[in-house]
Amino acid sequence: MTDLNKLTLAEARDKLRAKDVTSVELTEACLSAIDKADALNAFVHKTPEIALEQAKAADARLAAGDAPSMCGLPVGIKDLFCTKGVPSQAASRILEGFTPEYESTVTSNLFEAGSVMLGKLNMDEFAMGSSNETSCYGNAVNPWRRGNDDTALTPGGSSGGSASAVAADLCLAATGTDTGGSIRQPAAFTGTVGIKPTYGRCSRWGVVAFASSLDQAGPMTKSVRDAAIMLEAMCGHDAKDSTSADIPVPDFEAMLTGDIKGKKIGIPKEYRMDGMPAEIDQLWADGRAMLKDAGAEIVDISLPHTKYALPAYYVIAPAEASSNLARYDGVRYGHRAMLEAGDGINEMYEKTRAEGFGHEVQRRVMVGTYVLSAGFYDAYYNRARKVRALIKKDFDDVFAAGIDAILTPATPSAAFGLGEMNEADPVQMYLNDVFTVTVNLAGLPGISVPTGLDQQGLPLGLQLIGRPWEEGDLLNTAYALETAAGFVAKPGEWW
Amino acid sequence: MSIDTKTAAKVAHLARIKVEEDALPALANEFNTILGFIEQLNEVDVEGVEPMTSVTPMRLKRREDVVTDGNMQDKILSNAPDAREGFFAVPKVVE
Repeated sequence: MTDLNKLTLAEARDKLRAKDVTSVELTEACLSAIDKADALNAFVHKTPEIALEQAKAADARLAAGDAPSMCGLPVGIKDLFCTKGVPSQAASRILEGFTPEYESTVTSNLFEAGSVMLGKLNMDEFAMGSSNETSCYGNAVNPWRRGNDDTALTPGGSSGGSASAVAADLCLAATGTDTGGSIRQPAAFTGTVGIKPTYGRCSRWGVVAFASSLDQAGPMTKSVRDAAIMLEAMCGHDAKDSTSADIPVPDFEAMLTGDIKGKKIGIPKEYRMDGMPAEIDQLWADGRAMLKDAGAEIVDISLPHTKYALPAYYVIAPAEASSNLARYDGVRYGHRAMLEAGDGINEMYEKTRAEGFGHEVQRRVMVGTYVLSAGFYDAYYNRARKVRALIKKDFDDVFAAGIDAILTPATPSAAFGLGEMNEADPVQMYLNDVFTVTVNLAGLPGISVPTGLDQQGLPLGLQLIGRPWEEGDLLNTAYALETAAGFVAKPGEWW
Repeated sequence: MSIDTKTAAKVAHLARIKVEEDALPALANEFNTILGFIEQLNEVDVEGVEPMTSVTPMRLKRREDVVTDGNMQDKILSNAPDAREGFFAVPKVVE
């Protein structure tokens, strides 16, 4: 059988259970696709031995009739997740050579559910970026191109390698993480599905921390059904993460009925940005029509503090990052600078961090240090936390008024060219997250669903935002949107 | 609020990141761009608003105050750039 790597999780699962294929066959198909796709620079640490060992174990479980939900399904893991005995360096030079002695809770959960790990995936350094251009491994490349133009495009970021690998069928699905849009923006740029669950759904234990009050892991997949299957396997209460929610995880896949009759879908007027491309506006209008045709009620709503989400984020996230990244000191793990005679411990810290952190990470750590420093803490950090409370209240108010989900564009544009933003100031790159960052600040679940192509043939996505803890209902609305949109386009294989 | 090179140098030192003298003006410029963007927050009326401490209204769980792991010195030290005799080794700290 050919092209097993092109299957969805659901298709592969059903074929495994029907004994049409084995996990080893699926895994070998993915490993061979990965080896042919070095031009995408998506997989940065390949783990074929682990993959085949896990696949054999999965086949044994399948044969014994003891197959958990993801049994035998090959997936890729973002480099931000600590994986025991496998390099895990958050795409940073400062973690060069670091091989964890422990396994993150999310990857443990995936392995308990029978998943097979193909390797680690490229990303922006410490998940700070929107184009995968801050990685110490070099850029991940989007498998999509603008028609016949061979300009290399970004797969988005920070989960750029995950998005590229899923879109190019190098794996059946991948893990991502999302602090300001890092799952949803790359999903939109690559025609894939990405969900960031409610803050607290997935344990953060063993995930390299960027901004702890915003970070959440989630799946990046080829379909909404796959997102439901994999999210369920990833999440659950974990005593090792004090912010992990101790509430039951429902059967998300069983909630995919496609019936959204009577659901109230909010359209926030503040997301209609000045200068928004006509294609994005049209995509949004089409999405509204699709949900309306499926029986939902479309309601105009207001989220008045939307404009302040990005500036609040660019206080809170760097502040938390400056604190979290203080641990990279050249003492316990990773890179230590070569010292000169007479250098003391401060020189060691300063040289190590200057060599080990890339430019964007250094900038954010220093901005965070500044906004937390004596005399500015109230003016910046506390004010941003107050604005964050108001942003969350905006959402609380519309949900209290009966809105079930909110429909917005996922990104302000299609994928842009690698290097095209080099001359831009940092704030212009930050604008990529304008539609997604509110969701992290409010701790809500959000999903990006591919619904159309732009005139150059690049995928575009819409975002649905749900009520806290109601990922099942959100996934069902996304499923209805996916069904109506019927997005089936795939990138041509040039790599 | 404008950041000069002296402030940029101070922030770099607080963050324990070595920044060469000639890179400070560009760094100060970038700070000013970002802080200029952040200044928008001053437009928001935050009178009487409590700063958010937790995005989900939940109490942090307590656990028994007992030792739950340990005895893994080799694992703890396995990734250290310099470990000697069961310790992390660093340059001289005290004169």
